[in-house]
Amino acid sequence: MITLSINGESRALDVEPSTPLLWVIRDYAGLTGTKFGCGIAQCGACTVLVDGKPVRSCVVPASAAVDRQITTIEGVNGGKAGLHPVQQAWIDEQVPQCGYCQSGQIMAAAALLDRVPSPTDADIDAAMSGVICRCGTYPRIRKGIKRAAVAIAQDEATETDNG
Amino acid sequence: MGKWTRRAFITAGVAAGGVVVFGVAIRRGDRSDKVRGLVAADGESLFDVWLKIAPDNTITAIIPHADMGQGVHTALAMMLADELDADWSNVRFEEAPAHKEFANYSLAREFSAPGTDFPAWLVDSVDGLFFRATQMMGLQITGGSLSVRTTGQVAMRVTGAATRAVLLEAAANEWQVPVAELSTGESMIRHATSGREATFAHFAPAAADLPLPDKPSLKSTDEFRIMGTSPPRFDVPAKVDGSADFGIDASLPGMKYAAVKAAPVFGGNVVSVDEASIQELPGVRKVVNLGDAVAVVADGYWQAKKALDNLSVEFSDGGNSAAEQGGIFSQFADELDSAAAEGREESDFIAGDAAAALDSAAQVIEAEYRVPFLAHAAMEPMNCTAWVHDERCELWLGTQNPLGFAQQVAKAIDMDQSQVILHNQYLGGGFGRRAFDDFAIQAARIAAESPYPVKLIWSREEDMRHDHYRQASISRFRGGLDSAGRALAWHNHYVNKHDPEEAPHIPYAIADQAIVYSESETHVPWGFWRSVDHSLHAFFTESFIDELAVAAGRDTYEYRRELLAGEPRFLAVLDLAAQKAGWGESLAGNMGRGIAIHRSFGTIVAQVVDVEIVAGKPRARRVVCAVDPGFAVHPDNLAAQMESGIAYGLTAALYGEISIKGGAVAQSNFNDYRMLRMDEAPDVETYIIDGGGLLGGAGEPGTPPIAPAFTNAIFDATGIRIRELPVSKHELRLKDVEDVA
Repeated sequence: MITLSINGESRALDVEPSTPLLWVIRDYAGLTGTKFGCGIAQCGACTVLVDGKPVRSCVVPASAAVDRQITTIEGVNGGKAGLHPVQQAWIDEQVPQCGYCQSGQIMAAAALLDRVPSPTDADIDAAMSGVICRCGTYPRIRKGIKRAAVAIAQDEATETDNG
Repeated sequence: MGKWTRRAFITAGVAAGGVVVFGVAIRRGDRSDKVRGLVAADGESLFDVWLKIAPDNTITAIIPHADMGQGVHTALAMMLADELDADWSNVRFEEAPAHKEFANYSLAREFSAPGTDFPAWLVDSVDGLFFRATQMMGLQITGGSLSVRTTGQVAMRVTGAATRAVLLEAAANEWQVPVAELSTGESMIRHATSGREATFAHFAPAAADLPLPDKPSLKSTDEFRIMGTSPPRFDVPAKVDGSADFGIDASLPGMKYAAVKAAPVFGGNVVSVDEASIQELPGVRKVVNLGDAVAVVADGYWQAKKALDNLSVEFSDGGNSAAEQGGIFSQFADELDSAAAEGREESDFIAGDAAAALDSAAQVIEAEYRVPFLAHAAMEPMNCTAWVHDERCELWLGTQNPLGFAQQVAKAIDMDQSQVILHNQYLGGGFGRRAFDDFAIQAARIAAESPYPVKLIWSREEDMRHDHYRQASISRFRGGLDSAGRALAWHNHYVNKHDPEEAPHIPYAIADQAIVYSESETHVPWGFWRSVDHSLHAFFTESFIDELAVAAGRDTYEYRRELLAGEPRFLAVLDLAAQKAGWGESLAGNMGRGIAIHRSFGTIVAQVVDVEIVAGKPRARRVVCAVDPGFAVHPDNLAAQMESGIAYGLTAALYGEISIKGGAVAQSNFNDYRMLRMDEAPDVETYIIDGGGLLGGAGEPGTPPIAPAFTNAIFDATGIRIRELPVSKHELRLKDVEDVA
């Protein structure tokens, strides 16, 4: 038995604590948006946020995430209604093809924008090169990140004006 | 084992395609009764097997193809909706169930014998024959860049137009006015003189009782209102919020998990399994010996995987453990040598007398190229959830060939095909891999001896080592130039032909050509890999034409131009790519520029690559892609497919290499079978020419030209001609550095 906080919800799960976080999220918490790709932290399909930082959940034992905040694609917008600006940008740029890697891409992009609000191409390269896309959506991911950065800045400006 | 080929069907498609433009007959006999229970809810009217209209005027296209990122659901629905004059905002789609009435084989029958009424006693055997043929050809699939070209043209457009015709007829009957006075638009029918209008749904029940016209008239390109636009794809929203259900996401009450390991050497079997070695491990349910593989079933996947890793199992090697990659290439080379010496090459394409032309040439250029085996490495590893219960077997998975899978699974577990119910999910990449049913059969066999549903997931290592591989090959060329450098003779001898048939053929006006091949089988399983034989032959032919241009002392683009003077569509695509890329403008000293052009699946693609050499490593900075698919049904999606095909082909050109060691695959995961990543991905610009004529494909044609365009660019930068892929095997240095030295 292990207790994890996933997307703001505390979950008591009957699983061996050494099980990789990926399988706990998918098979025990039932959140299947996070994907299995390689099992050795090479592809990033399993990327989730732990305390806001992207981690490859296929190689992190669930026990290492106890008492920390785990965020998956299902909770990327922090419980707010609607889509995260990165998700909206992904729709606007029609980024996904097969879509399998995109949860990992979106989590990595959201973490990047949280840390670097106006990322350069080099920032994007550094933050995103751990997540493989076999359909080659990289150029659209790059555009999507830039579009989301603008949207987030505009949202914040609006909130400041209203505040 | 016989060869798989899609050749016959693709050829038939092209041959019959000319009819398509003018209208193809709806298949005789109303098939809708056979599938109504499967796809139509109460109150919905079904037209043929492809279209239904709900009382709220929602139009649903029933699409018999799998989505693996190529946007086929959207594009096909657009084709149907446009001919119907539907309101796009109220158009939906459903993926057709795996039922024979939705199979491509009925299309194959139409292609081969359009409009033929077979006597009733013969119909079953005719259909059976086509079904078996489709199995052999692997054509009951989503592949071959065929969805838009066949299902779209023959099923979707024709059904949309035929349904519009019967809706108009029903309206004319009800309003007692001539059809000619009626118009359609936005899912409505209007009678201008009386001002009456009503929805399609209003007339749908009456229209569904009318016979669909055999040959409805189709719109001409200038009448399209939906085709040729780029509405957002249906599948995108579910792919950004984690809700899209892929095969691996299936979940059933009481489900257990299986991990599997096949004999590492192809052809090997399980010799012994020590089940006691894992009996004490938590969650383990049982070990299943599948003959050539062993599986562990456990309560959780991780438990199954850990137990499998600890399981003592001995495999045989099928007598193949001596096979090494170097030996496979030697075997190919020996076969080419001896076949040439003995004059027993098989003819692929012959024009004029290449041997005589080579004898009289002022200059003869020779080159040999090699490409390795390649794995598909779809992001979603192979997986299938199977549940055998109540005299049936249900499967949840992503497949490019639902009907073929159902048939083979039925055979494997001794059921009738009607007992296999296949729930096709989103495919986390296909690229040809998900046309092969090995993983589904494994899952079904495990489930057949289990009282619970079983989800089988292959590890990445299993996926890498038990793929069906793009072939390794060697291709040899001799080219003859006259004293002015003009190409007179083209002699090409390569090893192992699959399909499409035309993959090694060139568009260039070279009078004397001999394209020949020899067969040299290996024990490595072969599979369709995005663009199939085009993926290797475009590299071979577009590298060699580049070598001829260089030998002639000519600009590589101009040299191609001259040889394409009689091929205006090729020329237009080549010119557009060169012009947009700024061909001829100077580049920075550490950069080079290369060009290539190739037609595959009816679509001509030219690409210009700008490569930068940094510390001996090539990086593709920019790819300019010009494409003529005849007509782009969804231009943005066509561009996306070009971007995708380029990344897929560039990955292979740069890093792709599966090598055989001790009879098994040496690579294991993304650490040693590398993928192109964000920091290596070029900018891609796509320019589309709607050249008219038959529709070409989109999913595959972007892949073939990228490898030669890339290596031609490397030659431009370094003077080093890459004749063996992948590029990462080669040490590069800048030409300028060499020149200075």
